[in-house]
Amino acid sequence: MKSEFRSIRIDIDKCQGRMKCLRICPTEALRVRNGKATLLGDRCIDCGECVLQCPNDAFVPQTSSFSDFSSFKYTIALPSPTFYSQFGKGVRPSTILRALKAIGFDDSYDVACASESVSIAIQEYLDSNATPRPLISPFCPAIVRLIQIRYPNLLENLIPIESPMEIAAREAKRLKMHELGLKEHEIGAIYLTPCPAKMIALRHPPRKKHSFVDGVIPISDIYPKLVSALAHSDDSNGAAEVRGLGLGWSIVGGQVACLKAEDAIAIAGLTNVMRVFDEIENGRLKDIQYIECHSCPTACVGGSLTVENPYIARGRVLRMVEKYGSEPCQDRQKIRELYQKNFFSLIGTIAPSPVQPLDDDMSRGIQKMHKRQQIYDMLPKIDCGACGAPTCMTFAEDVVKGDAEAEECVFLTMKTFESMSTNLLEVVGKHSKRIHRGIER
Amino acid sequence: MEDRFSHSFTIRGKHFIDAGKVSTEIKRLLKELGVRADIVRRVAIATYEAEMNVVMYAKDATVTLELTPRDIRIVIDDRGPGIADIELAMQEGFSTATSEMRELGFGAGLGLPNIKKNSDDFKIGSTVGAGTKLEITVFIN
Repeated sequence: MKSEFRSIRIDIDKCQGRMKCLRICPTEALRVRNGKATLLGDRCIDCGECVLQCPNDAFVPQTSSFSDFSSFKYTIALPSPTFYSQFGKGVRPSTILRALKAIGFDDSYDVACASESVSIAIQEYLDSNATPRPLISPFCPAIVRLIQIRYPNLLENLIPIESPMEIAAREAKRLKMHELGLKEHEIGAIYLTPCPAKMIALRHPPRKKHSFVDGVIPISDIYPKLVSALAHSDDSNGAAEVRGLGLGWSIVGGQVACLKAEDAIAIAGLTNVMRVFDEIENGRLKDIQYIECHSCPTACVGGSLTVENPYIARGRVLRMVEKYGSEPCQDRQKIRELYQKNFFSLIGTIAPSPVQPLDDDMSRGIQKMHKRQQIYDMLPKIDCGACGAPTCMTFAEDVVKGDAEAEECVFLTMKTFESMSTNLLEVVGKHSKRIHRGIER
Repeated sequence: MEDRFSHSFTIRGKHFIDAGKVSTEIKRLLKELGVRADIVRRVAIATYEAEMNVVMYAKDATVTLELTPRDIRIVIDDRGPGIADIELAMQEGFSTATSEMRELGFGAGLGLPNIKKNSDDFKIGSTVGAGTKLEITVFIN
């Protein structure tokens, strides 16, 4: 199995085998073996649920830290639109952008405005491409990966438009190269991320070219520094405010709100997303134009690397949109022209990356499926997880693949003991009668 | 060991809440075997249409899936009203769906033709008042 970069690493020393991750992993990518969690990389979609749930912080997001960027001549912070929702009531996005410069970045660049331009590009794409339908948003890296491994048929439904993160990084770099006469590699663009999955978009970009983003830092790492910087900053600065509906991109429905399409829907949470994907594969939902998909149930404000309660954050985003959203930050006509010049196009194709099949050989695979069913029929089917697999079915599969022993199921072992001890009692019973008779005689 | 896998499922009529579960389950099994994506999609569409027919018209049905390295065979055997004129039912646009069913987005009269279109081999038999039996075969290679 080729080992691809995953945005989450397990710290074995911290793992105490508490099995919480096992139960919540939506793609059944975790096992607990010999008391420690292990990750089946081909099944992981980097959703970050395990990062949120582990009581021992054993899941370490593979993000960057501040010091990783010391080699760059110039650094630009690109805060995810989620970032604006993490601070107290009424703190303005422009103040946050300025405070980022006070904590060590040479500059900061707003991504919400790029989100607005991307929204316009999506609208253009919807208007000029009649098929396929529904089109699916490609901006949540966990969702893209879910499609790559489980729904390869839906790759063609992904709208081939670059993410606001990429567009913003490219623009920010271009502007600074022009303004300061720097070369592209001398400028570091650092995304302040609500989730580890964004790292995947950097390491395995779907496009042929490299990513313009040089690293991602968790919002939770920047947060303490920024809170103290904000305490010393003046909110009544003269800077132009961040405007437009792009500010709403961090919440469920934020993308749909930017579109004119009547039949656009927003779905959040992997279980819900998978149900809808199954329907699309069955040939349904063709009358839906666009589906905004989020792996996290509360979208990006609920990412595993955020600080604020996702519902509080959502409320703040809604108020921000109300206050600054009505006035667009982009000239629609100009964005349309850029769209025509392929400014937003995703170059290259997103390739399928299916989960390892039961066997590379179809014949043997079918035999294994048969065997798996036989084993499953003997199991208690209560998905207790004591064996270290999340469900009885995954356990049966692990046994068939040779990754687990049937005896690891406590119920099977108890049954074996039971029949062994029944035999033993029978044998003991027979003999003791004979012995008793011997004594009586 | 025999390289054949078979499994049975049940579909209950009028249980719209479960509609699509069997086809999703079959699809999952095919993906686990590494069956090509376009074949999975054809099986999914054919099975889903057949499943919806059962949910909309029949009392219940037994679905039998049989997998070999060569083909995927799905038999849907329902207890229901049966189809009086199969030839007519196979025509695109013909439907006996009620307005409620149409409200849900079904009953366009594309069900059976769509099943046939997505199958490599398709058989249909029906007895009015007893039920309908569909046999869908899709080749793996």
